[in-house]
Amino acid sequence: MWEGSLKTTYLRGLAVAAAISLCSAASAQDSIKIAYVDPLSGGGASIGEIGLKTFQFIAELQNAKGGVLGKKIEIVGYDNKLNPQESLVQVQKAIDAGIRIITQGNGSGVAAAITEFVAKYNERNPGKEVIYLNYAAVDPVLTNDKCNFWHFRWDANSEIKMEALTNYMKDIKTIKKVYLINQDYSFGQAVRTDANKMMKAKRPDVEIVGDELHPLLKITDFAPYIAKIKASGADSVITGNWGQDFALLLKAAADAGLQANWYTYYAGGTGGPIAIKQTGLNHRVFQITEGFANIPHKSAQDFEKALRAKHNIGLFYPRAINQFGMLFAAIEQTKSTDPKRIAAALEGMKFNLFSGGEGFMRKDDHQFFQPIYLSSFGERGQAEPFDEEGTGWGWKLVGKVDTNNTMVSTTCKMQRPN
Amino acid sequence: MLELIIVSTLNGVLFGMLLFLMASGLTLIFSMMGVLNFAHASFYMLGAFFGFQISRWVGFWPALVLAPVLVAAIGAAVERFGLRNVHRHGHVPELLFTFGLAYVIEEVVQIVWGKSPLDFRVPAALDFPAFTIFATNYPAYKLFMLLISIGIFIALYAVLTRTRIGLIVQAALTHPHMVAHLGHNVPLVFMLVFGVGSGLAAVAGVIAGPALVTQSNMAALLGPILFVVVVVGGLGSLSGAFVASLLIGLLQTFAVSVSLSLADVVGLFGYRPAPDSLLKDIWNVTVAQIAPILPYLLLVLVLILKPSGLMGTRET
Amino acid sequence: MTDRIVSAALGSASREVRHSALVRYGVWVAAAAAMAAMPFVFRSGTAITVMSLIGISIIFSLSYNILLGQTGLLSFGHAVYYGLGGYLAVHAMKIIIANGFPIPLPLIPLIGGIAGLFFAVLFGWLSTKRSGTAFAMISLGLAELIGSSALILRGFFGGEEGITVDRTKLLRIFEWSFGPQVQVYYLIAAWCLICAFLMYALTRTPLGRMCNAVRDNPERVQFVGYDPRMVRFLAFCLSGFFAGIAGALATINFEIANSALFGAVQSGTVLLATFMGGAGFFFGPVIGAILVVYLQLMLSDLTSMWQLYFGLLFIAMVMFAPFGIAGLIMMHRTLWRTGVLHTVLPSYLLALVPLLVMLTGAALIIEMVHHLAAKAAEGPAMTFAGIRLQANAVGPWIAGLLMAGGGFLLFRRASRAVAAAWSRAGSTAAAGGRP
Repeated sequence: MWEGSLKTTYLRGLAVAAAISLCSAASAQDSIKIAYVDPLSGGGASIGEIGLKTFQFIAELQNAKGGVLGKKIEIVGYDNKLNPQESLVQVQKAIDAGIRIITQGNGSGVAAAITEFVAKYNERNPGKEVIYLNYAAVDPVLTNDKCNFWHFRWDANSEIKMEALTNYMKDIKTIKKVYLINQDYSFGQAVRTDANKMMKAKRPDVEIVGDELHPLLKITDFAPYIAKIKASGADSVITGNWGQDFALLLKAAADAGLQANWYTYYAGGTGGPIAIKQTGLNHRVFQITEGFANIPHKSAQDFEKALRAKHNIGLFYPRAINQFGMLFAAIEQTKSTDPKRIAAALEGMKFNLFSGGEGFMRKDDHQFFQPIYLSSFGERGQAEPFDEEGTGWGWKLVGKVDTNNTMVSTTCKMQRPN
Repeated sequence: MLELIIVSTLNGVLFGMLLFLMASGLTLIFSMMGVLNFAHASFYMLGAFFGFQISRWVGFWPALVLAPVLVAAIGAAVERFGLRNVHRHGHVPELLFTFGLAYVIEEVVQIVWGKSPLDFRVPAALDFPAFTIFATNYPAYKLFMLLISIGIFIALYAVLTRTRIGLIVQAALTHPHMVAHLGHNVPLVFMLVFGVGSGLAAVAGVIAGPALVTQSNMAALLGPILFVVVVVGGLGSLSGAFVASLLIGLLQTFAVSVSLSLADVVGLFGYRPAPDSLLKDIWNVTVAQIAPILPYLLLVLVLILKPSGLMGTRET
Repeated sequence: MTDRIVSAALGSASREVRHSALVRYGVWVAAAAAMAAMPFVFRSGTAITVMSLIGISIIFSLSYNILLGQTGLLSFGHAVYYGLGGYLAVHAMKIIIANGFPIPLPLIPLIGGIAGLFFAVLFGWLSTKRSGTAFAMISLGLAELIGSSALILRGFFGGEEGITVDRTKLLRIFEWSFGPQVQVYYLIAAWCLICAFLMYALTRTPLGRMCNAVRDNPERVQFVGYDPRMVRFLAFCLSGFFAGIAGALATINFEIANSALFGAVQSGTVLLATFMGGAGFFFGPVIGAILVVYLQLMLSDLTSMWQLYFGLLFIAMVMFAPFGIAGLIMMHRTLWRTGVLHTVLPSYLLALVPLLVMLTGAALIIEMVHHLAAKAAEGPAMTFAGIRLQANAVGPWIAGLLMAGGGFLLFRRASRAVAAAWSRAGSTAAAGGRP
């Protein structure tokens, strides 16, 4: 008895759904889509969502200026659950949806899988190539042994950052004993190897009093490590730790009353500022990054203000703006969205950076080079308008290493398509 | 060197006591009901999160009391409405039920509090160094954690050996069927034990929250170690759980300080393995690097050699 | 007690009326034909990738069921053999490519299988010493041990990036390069059929039967003259063999082997798939594999809460349908054979509507709570099933609660009707046939 009306409702619903999908398909042709492959659920989601929001904000600003080549920019999120195999499936989904620009950053394991997949896919499907923009995966191997023509990296890799850091540290005469503590995986081991090599080369008088590798994300109490650092008499600690490995390390250090300076890569990551504030280490924790909120550059600070107002997140990835800026410039320059031509335009491109200064994409290995900044976390002054994670403390500029002092060599033998 | 040993011992004992707080509940549950509760570490996590939220609203000290009570109530409800229904299907579905429950609790915590770490502070009253050994400060809060754990152990021991309900629980630990035959309300006892066990885990969560990082992956990090403690300590034995917790706490803390590798040991005898050999990773890995896996090694060894655990009174 | 029910169900499945050879082999021929035809029906790259993954998962889940359903061994670390099979296959491929050995790609899964078998023999002798909960704990401990060693033994496991290989560089037979995904799909489908057939044959052998016996009553098995430990060990080895084949196929598909292969997540997923599909029936894990792989890949597009829904579904199945989907289907077998199945169907439809309403209401509330709590920064506006609403407005909350609560009450009423229909149908069936 109610079957008749149920049937009509069902058919009506089907028609509406079909109409909606047709509409969206139609509008899709007018936009340039970029696939964002990162964790959007599960453990890594907090970082993945921040990246997605940042990219969408950048796209909105560009669309407000009329888009690129008259087309709107659309960022499509694909959840890879931080799993390399899953990422390949998501990249496949993106390719099926007609997307030819892929961006990713969280996890060098994922990045390695994607870069190999992209290289093989492009080789096996000429004319349907895709391009891969890497905004955060810092394993040096991606622009050395595993480099390929279709991969571009905007984050300074760990070797570059260590080069910059040691170039800064070598001028500080009060550093006499350095302790290294890192996570036992590819990144941590790279940090440790580079730190050893570069410190010995630049300041042979500095003693490396400890070199520790601990299992990744498994230690709940760093007190024994802190005891060892204390026993060694180190005045400076270099660490690549992030996430809870960083937070717990600092907590243990504060508990034990360790008096040392911390030179880090990721103290600004989620949970870092809160941990530093909790321990009360005022301007004793440093980070080496390609940008941070309180850099004295007006347009960068305006952007930061706008992003915080809209999404309540700080700009974790200043390099995202450089990445998209260069992508849009390449598209405008070649008047095409064909990945092969974009790639050809991107390599060797010079660019005026978001935080001021100039950087360039090296042709040999597709690694971007830019000025690197050293900042310390603590009480803010007039020059530091932004605080982090609601702590009231912020990052203060301590030193800047110019682009040409960040150069490292590469073993990449890039094969170019003709 | 001496400083390292003393600090490591203190920390090892502390970590061990924390493990015991959680493992005591789990052992009671496992021994009495035969169900290995995968969700036990999730109750620990719930304790930390409830503690954080309540301490935000009312303060740390009320949170220390209220959060465990809440979690105990949830635990009792889980037993009454969930486990009891699944029990008739057998042991495997029970295990799977708690497995699914652990999963769901983690997700719910993520929905409500997000995935980032929370700013759970040590209460101001305890935020000072208690004493100094060899130039290392030992925080008062850690001493507080130690005292609470010892206090609970004593209270648990007293309740189990000196009260009537405690004697029934002890009997049910080793002879559950007999206790039922004697006419005691075993389902009620089960519900009580499950609730109290979960409450104990929650206490551990509330006090560990400020010291460790309060985040939604807390349960996944501590969960497997908990099972190791319970299995190694042995079924039916609370003192076994105590010994095992201390053992594993000390093992992990000390192992982390040891930088010896197999190559070093063998080097003492004058043998040098080739630097590029296939097994160079095994030669060069240090004890400190494998410290977190040592408990699992212990687990496998104990299960193979002495499956009833170190001090267990029953087989699984 | 459940083991008795499971074995009774399984026993009745095998005590079945002897179907003619045509039906028995026909099922396999039909399956083969369906798998061959699939790429022509679903043509997109994603669909073929998903089907390839389902094929791998079917082999893996069936191998897991040799342990769980057949022998009653709950293992939390089965992905170890899957992963080790995959790693050895990758290393083998690299060696073959480097030396130019004339071994074509289709034979590589066999290498993975042998690797799985080898490690199952190595670890199995220790693992199968006990059964029951002790076995589960040993499997958990071993899985953690090997999972953690993957990041330490970088030479073999390739560290974080894993080990990559190019599958097109092996010897080509019949001009197949296995570059295109569709060729890999056919390779996986072929292996899937072969392995499923072999595993099914295993259930019909005396060893398979003794596995069932060990599951049901190990003490009696000893009296009959078999050593339960030996039987468990053999089952473990065979299960490791097929898991290794699945692992090798996975690394061929993705051309990468990394430590995610033997993670706890992988072990958990196969357990979920096998259990939800139904451990008591041979085709149960097949259903579970299809369901779980599809949901895992596609559900995350719909909602970021997909893990919660997954977990709730799992708990619901453990509580109300511990025999899995296959169990639910087979429950209707007697009704179907006696021709009274159609009498219960209307009551199902009657119960389905309040069930859907209740689930929609619950999902709405969950999504709103998530939006308000964890995404507070985005403001209260959100969409649910395409409808825009304000998460902090009273309207959607009342709607959600009404739907969930009302749906639940109606569902309880309707399920009583379902139970009544069942008992009517049951008595008609017992009475011999037509209603």
